[in-house]
Order: sequence, then structure tokens, then C-alpha cells
Amino acid sequence: MISRFHTALFTVLLVASVVMGGLLWRQLDRAHQRLLQGEDSAPTQAPQVAPAEQATLLVANDADNSLLTQVETLPLPQDPGARARLILGKLLDLYAAPDAAHPVPGGATSIAQVFLLPASALPGDPKLNESRPASAAASATGPLLAVVNFTGAFAASHPSGLETENLTLQSISGTLHANLPRVTEVRFLVDGQARATLAGHADLTGTYLAADAAPTEGTHP
Amino acid sequence: MGAVILPLAASLAAAQVPAPPAGPQATPAPQAPRFLVVLDAAHGGDDPGGPLGSQPEKAFTLALSVRLRSLLGARGIQVLTTRESDATLDVNRRAEIANHANAQACLSLHASMTGSGVHVFASALAPAAATRFPAWKTAQAAWVTRSLALAGVINSTLQQAGLTVTLGRTALPAVDSMTCPALAIEVAPDRSTGVNPADSFSDPAYQARIAEALAAALLEWKTEVRQP
Repeated sequence: MISRFHTALFTVLLVASVVMGGLLWRQLDRAHQRLLQGEDSAPTQAPQVAPAEQATLLVANDADNSLLTQVETLPLPQDPGARARLILGKLLDLYAAPDAAHPVPGGATSIAQVFLLPASALPGDPKLNESRPASAAASATGPLLAVVNFTGAFAASHPSGLETENLTLQSISGTLHANLPRVTEVRFLVDGQARATLAGHADLTGTYLAADAAPTEGTHP
Repeated sequence: MGAVILPLAASLAAAQVPAPPAGPQATPAPQAPRFLVVLDAAHGGDDPGGPLGSQPEKAFTLALSVRLRSLLGARGIQVLTTRESDATLDVNRRAEIANHANAQACLSLHASMTGSGVHVFASALAPAAATRFPAWKTAQAAWVTRSLALAGVINSTLQQAGLTVTLGRTALPAVDSMTCPALAIEVAPDRSTGVNPADSFSDPAYQARIAEALAAALLEWKTEVRQP
């Protein structure tokens, strides 16, 4: 026979458990919302307070395997890493446009981060002495290695092929070097991990020399 | 029983082979250097490659490899293929097969829905002097100059066949480890006809046209290789 006291105690504990479960669920939901808001607030869009500057993009064209220079004016922050990400975002927005000569879905959000690190010792490049905005990374004088971290969705949706994958990597490397001349080497990650290829062809295990991706007027002989 | 019959049949067959003429006139003809081509049908097995309309890239590259092998064989060119079926093959194994063959031309066959015509890629490695023990990942560096010469021959022949050709350099692990004049050949749709690009890959005439042009290019390369 269960006493009234035990029944009341059980009921109180049950109600308390349900209430605590509800509170935990609400806290979890709030934390999830905060995380999503944090992702949304990542600087994928240029802050309008930054002054508009000219950025040089090396835009790929599948028709003749070429990289053509295109100058865009957009507000750019002073921090080199954020600056690089915004410029590459603009480049990938061009590729995501319906009439793109090098169609690649994804757009600006395809690049999760761009990190700028001191590069290994390389032969001197006269462009490296150009003055850049003063910041912790830019105050150094040595060459930089840019690490471009793609989202997994970008790699999964990138068209497969030697030419198209190669052009994407070359245009990103060349664009980085054109706007941040101290960037001499570029490495690519996908979701923060090293990966064998971008979409089955272009090698992502090695380091790309940014200066090699010079604009050309077409590579037909 | 069969084990007995086969050697007997073989010995009978050997007996029927005409013996080489003996005597002082029978001087051996000067042996031409062996000319061997390695065809590497990219992808295969677990790795389908990119989609090409109704078929995966691995199926198209295998079909092109088989067709090209037949055409080269008919022209008296020895061919070694890295795969003859839908088999998974590591990129290092592909390079190993090519390097053991000591070939005069190595073609890695690919296909893509982007671009048009045929894309011919040489390794992006900077040319370097040959060394006795080259690094595996950059072994092609000593052969890049020859690979670019082969690209020139293939470009010329494909253009003569009326195909759109795009030349380029790329980092491709299988090619970068090959110690032979090596190229990646990427077949793209024929956009000059206005037909659906995906239909190009299922068009036997388009595949035959490319294979014929590649065979003609390799025959010309054979002539160049044998010239002093």
C-alpha cells in the first residue's frame, strides 16, 4: 500500500522533473539560436563603414582556360585576413551568378575563413616591399602563406574536372596575390581538414605558389 | 590431361614456326628502340569521377582507353593500360605502372562537363635536371620539357582534326609522379554543334574522332622520338 505521503512526493518530483526538462530544452534552444546568430554575424558582407576601395580579381573563364583581370570597387576592412575573405567572397559571387563564364555554385559563403601566416623562406619578391595597412599581420615584412578554408558544401557542389577545379584554385591564388602581394603561397582546406582533391581532380595536398597564377589572355597556342 | 595437351600443342606450334634463315647472309636487322604508350583511364571502381550526363567519368575514360588502345595497336604501337575494367586504382599505383614500363608517352585520360573540346594538361612542376633518385611527388619535373613537346604535337594534331584544344598546366598527383613524357587529356563536350553537351559523351562518333586524333598524334610523336 502506497502512502499518501509517497504519492505526493512522487507527484512533486515528477512535476519538478518535467519543469526542469522544459527549462533545459529552452536553454538548449537559446544556445543554438545564439550559435546560429554568431555564424550569421560572420563578416561575409563588407561593413558599410569601411571605405570603398578597388580590388583586383582574377576571373576564370572555362571557354579558353584563362584568367582575366577585373577591377571591382567594394568596401574593405583594414585587417588583411578579413580583407582577403571579402575579396574572395566577391570573386565567388561572380562565379555563382547565372551567366558566369566559370560557373561554380556557393558564392561568398563558400569560404569559411582565410588565415594569413608567415610563409616558409622563399626567394624575394619585389612586390613584398609594398606598404600594406598597419595591423599585426601586415606589420611584418616577410612573405605570407594564405590558408583558405572552404566549406564542405562548396567542395561537394564544385563541378568536377581538371580545368574547372584548376581554374578555381588559380583564380583564388592569383586574386590573393594581386591584392595582398605578400601572399606568396596558398594552401586549401575543406571544413578545416586537409583533403586530397577539390572535386576529384585538382590536388589540394600541396602548396600553390600565388605568383604563378598570373593573368593571361588565353592559353591557346 | 589438359596440362599434357597444352605443352604438346605448344611444341607442335613452335615446330611449325619457320626458323630464321641461317648462313652468313642472315645478319640481324637493327632493332628499332621500343616505343610504348601507357594509357591511364582515370578513376574507376569506388571513384566514379564526375558525372557526364548518363554515365560516370570512369566509364567514359575506360571506353576511350580501350578504343585508343585498339587504334594504336593497329598502328603497330605497343600499349600498356593501367586498367581494363571498373577497378579501383590508387594514383600512386598508376604512376608505378607507367614508370615500370619505361614508356615514351603516358596519357592520363579524363572527361568533364565544363569547357569544350579537349583540354591538354602538362604538369605544373618547374623543369628540373634528371637525378638518379628523384622524389616521388615531383618525379615528372625531369620530364616536363618532353611532356610539353608531346603536348605541342597533340595540340597540333587535334586542331588539324577540327577539335577545340585548350592547353594548360596542372598539379595532378598521378602525372606528377610519372617518369615519362606525361599529359592529362580531359575530354569536354563538343559545343560547336549546338547539341546538348551531355550527349557528346554518348556520341560514339565524337569519341572516335578524339581517339583517332590522339592515335595520329602518338604516331607522329613516335616518329619524332625516333629521329636522332
